[in-house]
Amino acid sequence: MAIIADKDTRMIIQGITGREAVTFTRDLLDYGSKVVGGITPGKGGWEVHGVPVYDCVRQITKNERVDASIISVPPAFVRGAAFEALDNGIKLLVIVTERIPRRDVVDIITHGHKLGSRIIGPNSLGLICPHKTKLGMIGGRAEDVKRAYSPGNIGIISRSGGMTTEIANLLTLNGLGQSTCISVGGDPIIGSTFVDLIPLFQADPETHGVVIFCEPGGTAEEDLAEYVKANKVAKPIVAFVAGRFADSMSGVRFGHAAVMVEGNRGTTRGKVQAFLEAGILVAEDFSAIPQLLTQNMPTH
Amino acid sequence: MRLYEYEAKKILPSRGIAVPRGQVLSPGEKIDTSRPGVLKAQVLSGGRQKAGGVVIVSGPDQIADTVQALFQKPIHGLPVTKIIWEEFIEVEREFFLGAIYDSSRKSPLVFFSPEGGVEVELLTEKDPGRLFYRDFDILQGFSEYQARELIAEAGLQGSELLKISDILYRMVSLFLDLDATILEINPLAQTKDGNYIALDCHIDIDDDALYRHKELETQFGILKREGGGGRQVTELERQAAAIDNLDHRGVAGRVIEFDGNLALLIGGGGASLAAFDAIRRHGGRPANYCEIGGNPTVLKVKELTKLLLSKPGVEKIAVIMNVVSNTRVDLVARGVIKGVLELGRDPAKTIAVFRIPGAWEEEGYKILARYGVPYCGRTVSIDEAAKEAV
Repeated sequence: MAIIADKDTRMIIQGITGREAVTFTRDLLDYGSKVVGGITPGKGGWEVHGVPVYDCVRQITKNERVDASIISVPPAFVRGAAFEALDNGIKLLVIVTERIPRRDVVDIITHGHKLGSRIIGPNSLGLICPHKTKLGMIGGRAEDVKRAYSPGNIGIISRSGGMTTEIANLLTLNGLGQSTCISVGGDPIIGSTFVDLIPLFQADPETHGVVIFCEPGGTAEEDLAEYVKANKVAKPIVAFVAGRFADSMSGVRFGHAAVMVEGNRGTTRGKVQAFLEAGILVAEDFSAIPQLLTQNMPTH
Repeated sequence: MRLYEYEAKKILPSRGIAVPRGQVLSPGEKIDTSRPGVLKAQVLSGGRQKAGGVVIVSGPDQIADTVQALFQKPIHGLPVTKIIWEEFIEVEREFFLGAIYDSSRKSPLVFFSPEGGVEVELLTEKDPGRLFYRDFDILQGFSEYQARELIAEAGLQGSELLKISDILYRMVSLFLDLDATILEINPLAQTKDGNYIALDCHIDIDDDALYRHKELETQFGILKREGGGGRQVTELERQAAAIDNLDHRGVAGRVIEFDGNLALLIGGGGASLAAFDAIRRHGGRPANYCEIGGNPTVLKVKELTKLLLSKPGVEKIAVIMNVVSNTRVDLVARGVIKGVLELGRDPAKTIAVFRIPGAWEEEGYKILARYGVPYCGRTVSIDEAAKEAV
C-alpha cells in the first residue's frame, strides 16, 4: 500500500500541450501511470502521446472517474485551472507550476480545504509510489526513475524536488526501498506540509520510517516538532536540515522561494533544536540517513 | 519587491490612510522649510532609527547639515539615495497594525498591538500578550466587523475603536488588492487632537504578482526593480546574473559571493544548500554560493565557470548536484570543461570534483574521463563528494 496515490490512481494533466507537460506525459506513461486525459482550452480533440485532450475538465469527469489532476499551466492561469478541477470533484491536485501569486495559492488551498481535497505544491515536482505510479515530473524519464527509486517501506517528504530523488537514490543504494515520496514544493505557502503528511505515513502499515528534507525559512519544521511532541508518532522520522550556512544571512534568499531567514526566524539552528526536543532524529551528514533509519526502526 | 517608505506613503492616502506632510529629497536637493521635522534615510531595512538613519531637526542650518550627513552614511551597508523630510507630529499614543500570509494556517493573518513603535519581534518576545491576531477566510474577504472584533479584543473602546478598526479594515483591503506579502503600519500615531497618522509603513509586494499591478507605475510612479534589498549586490553577482540572462534555458547565474578560495557550481535548489554545508563541514572555504538547474545551456555553464574561476585567489571549482532528471549531465560537463579550457587551465587540475549523476550521465562521464577530471556517480553521496573536493 502507498499513501495518497496507488497504481489505480486515474489522473489528468491540465496544460498537457505545454512543452514541459508533453515531456512528463511521456515519462508518466512509460512508468505506468494511468493518465486518462489532458486539458488545454481550445485544443480539445488533440492527442498527446495518445492521451486525448479536452477543453474542459467536466468533459472527462462526467464520463469517468478522475482521482487526481497534475496542473502545469502558466502562473496566471493556475488559480482558474485549480478551481475547475476542485469544482469538478477532483480530490487530489499536484501543482507543478512555480511563481504563482501567493494570494492565488491561498485562494486555491482555502477552496480545496472546503471541498475536502488534498493539494500538493505549488512548485512541486510531484509524488511517486515506486513501481506503482507517479504524478508530476519527479525523477524524470522512466529509466532514470527506476534507477533511483525502489519499492519498500520508507516514506520521503522533501521541500526540494531534486533532493527527493537524491534521498531515494541513497536509500535504494543501501537496500531501503520507498513507500511514497513527496516533493511538497519550495514555496512559502504550500497545500501539504510535513504536519499534514506525517499522520498519513503514521497510519500506513507499509511505511516503517520517514525521511524529511528541510531547509531554512518558514515554520514547517517547528510545526512538525510541535505535532510530534503532542501526538504519538511511533515511526522514526529522520530529518536532514540543509542550508546551515544561511542562518547568519538574514534577508538573503537561497534556492527556493521559501528559503530565507528573517532575523531569528527560520534558522536551521532553531529547527534542529526543535527536532531534537521532539525526538526527531537529525542526520548531520547526508550519507548517515540510512544508518539512522535502520538503527531506529523495529526489526520485522 | 519591498517598497521604500516614501513609496508606501504614496499609496496609503489613496485608501484614506493619512501620512505626515513631507518631501522626498535626492542628493543635491534642498527643502524650503524652517519648521521642525524629521529626516529619514530611505533604505530597505528595518532598525533605521538605531543605525542613526532617523534624525529630528529644527532649524534650516541643521536640516542642510543633517541631509548631507545622511546621504554620506550607508545604513546596514546600504547606500542612501533618498531622504524624506516630514513635519514633526506630536504623538499621544502609538499602535501596530499588520497583515501577512501565515504558512502554518495557509491563510492571511492580521495583527494589532496597542504598543506600537517597536519591532514586532521585540513585541512578541517582550510581551506576547499585547499582540493580537486573527486569520480570515480569503475567499470571503476581510470584513469591518472582523476588524472591530480584533481591536475590541485588545481593549479599545469608543472613537478609538471605531477609527482604528476602520484604518485596519482599509489596510487589509489594500494588502489583498496590492498582492502584498507584508503590509505593516508601525507606528500608527494617535495625535494630540485625536487624529491617526501612519508614521512608518513597510510594504512587500509579491514579485510573482507584479505583472498584474501596472498601477504601481502608472498611478504611483513606482518602478519595478530586482532583488529584495537588505544586501548590496557585488560586481561578480551582477555579472553572473547577466550570464543567466544570456538565454532563457535553465538557471545558471544566481550567485552570492563569499570570501573563500573554492568556486562552487552547485544545484538544484535543495542540493546546493546541502553541498555548500558539506564543503564547509569538511573544512573547505567556498568562494561563492551558486545555483544551477532546469537544464542550462552549455554557453551559460561555460561563461559562469569562467567568471567564478576568474575571481582572484580562486584556483579550483567543485561541481556538485543531486541526481538530475531534467538537467543533462553531459551538457554541464561540456560547459565546465570548455570554460576551464578557455581560461587556459587544465581541467584535470582545476575541477576539484564533478558529481552529477542522472540524465545522460554516461555521455557526461565519457567527456570528463577524456580530460582526466575526477568525477563520481550516484554511489558517492553529496557530502562524500564535498569531502573529495576539499
